Order: sequence, then structure tokens, then C-alpha cells
Amino acid sequence: MADLSSAPSPSRPKARPGANMRLVDALQYRLPVAGVVSILHRVSGMLMFFLLPFIIWLFDMSVSSEISYDTFASAFSAGIGFVPGFLVKLTVLALIWAYLHHATAGVRHLWMDATHSVTKAQGRSSAVATFIVSGALTVALGAKLFGLF
Amino acid sequence: MAVNYGSKRIVVGAHYGFRDWLSQRITAVLMVLFTLVLLLQVLFAGPMGYDTWSGIFAQQWMKVLTFVVIVALAYHAWVGMRDVWMDYIKPVGLRLTAQVATIVWLVGCAGWAVQVLWRL
Repeated sequence: MADLSSAPSPSRPKARPGANMRLVDALQYRLPVAGVVSILHRVSGMLMFFLLPFIIWLFDMSVSSEISYDTFASAFSAGIGFVPGFLVKLTVLALIWAYLHHATAGVRHLWMDATHSVTKAQGRSSAVATFIVSGALTVALGAKLFGLF
Repeated sequence: MAVNYGSKRIVVGAHYGFRDWLSQRITAVLMVLFTLVLLLQVLFAGPMGYDTWSGIFAQQWMKVLTFVVIVALAYHAWVGMRDVWMDYIKPVGLRLTAQVATIVWLVGCAGWAVQVLWRL
């Protein structure tokens, strides 16, 4: 996970021997694009972890019976309970992004492991590629989800 | 195998994280393959509706594959969440609580998913 390619910014905090670096210190550093991919890999994984019951509920509704399938389908349009349909769509869109980013960033890790592509330049270009692939797929599936095509 | 427990246990060195590292990758590959298998079936199934969708998961081989992926997902998420807790939660009691809660959460979710799958 660790990405060591970040260069210290000019405002690098003074070293405090014996003290752990705090979050406010870490934020002084410029996060390179590979670092952004890395932290979003974590964020997307945690998002899917916490929304796991929602995902299983959707699966349950979609396969259990024709009646539950209708409930599942109408949750996206008419909403479900007190939750409006657009909120269901937004949550599913967040999950779509999380899955696509997590999977693409994961494939990037496998590629780095398999080909030892771990130079600073390769880390940067593969991070950009990760954003392009997962971003494009998210836009495409999101457009489908919101009925744009 | 050399004795590696009690006072003889080697508490430092390589390989302690290797099993987790490897299993996280193997389970990830399984999930990607499952995604492709499911995607192909959705694309070639014809008009989507309840019969088509539930029919995909009604096949016995698909149930077995989905079951394996549910287990793989739980293991994968366990390794990942454990990494997160180890990185950000320092107090031992709080960390253990988070780890136990993670296991309860994942086992519960896996059980529910398996139940949905096999009553189909």
C-alpha cells in the first residue's frame, strides 16, 4: 500500500525525535496521484464493507420472488419506505464507483507484483490509467443507472 | 518442521504477512473472474427480468461459484479491514473490539448471502 514516491513539500514539518507523526503533519505533504489511488482504494473498500448489508438486501430482493423483484426495481424509481428513489440510485452509484475503483486499483497491484513495475514513473502512469479506466466505466454505468441511454 | 511456538517462536522476520498478502490476491482474482462470468451471462441472457436474472443464479454451478465468491469476499474484506484497523487504531482493546466486530459483521453478512442463494 505504501507509496514512497512523494517528495517533501517546502513546508516540511520539523522532525520531532521520539514522537509519532500526526495526521496534521501528514497533511503537510503533497499526495502524488499514486497516493490518491491508494487512499481511495482503502476508502472504496471500507465503503463496500459498511454497505455490505445493503448489497445483500438488493441481491435478496432481486432474486427471491417476482414480487420482491418488483420491490427491487421500484426502489430505484419510486423509492423504498422513507428513502426516495434518487437516494437509492446515488448510493448504488457510489457502490458502482467503489467497486470499479477498487477492482482497477487491485489489478494495478497485481500488474505491479507480476512485472515488478514499481518505479516512480510507472507508479504515476499506472495510477493515471487506473483513474481513466475506473472513471470511464463509472460514467458509463452511472449514465445507464440514471437512464441516460 | 522446526519448533516455532512458545519460547522458541520467532516473532520477527518475513512470511508472517505472506499468507494474508497471497490470499487477498487470490480471492481478488476469484472475484474479478466471477464478475466477468456474471457479466457475460447478463449480456447474453436476452431481455432482463426476474426470470432471466434469478435463472442465472438458479443453476447449480452458479450457486457453487457464487458461494465460493461469498467466502472469498469475506476473507478478502477481513484482511483489508484488519489492515485498516492495525494502521489507524493504536489502543489494543479498541483494536481487538474493531477486529471482533469485523468478523461478526462479515460472518453475519456471508450467512445471509448464502441463505438468499440457496433458497432460490
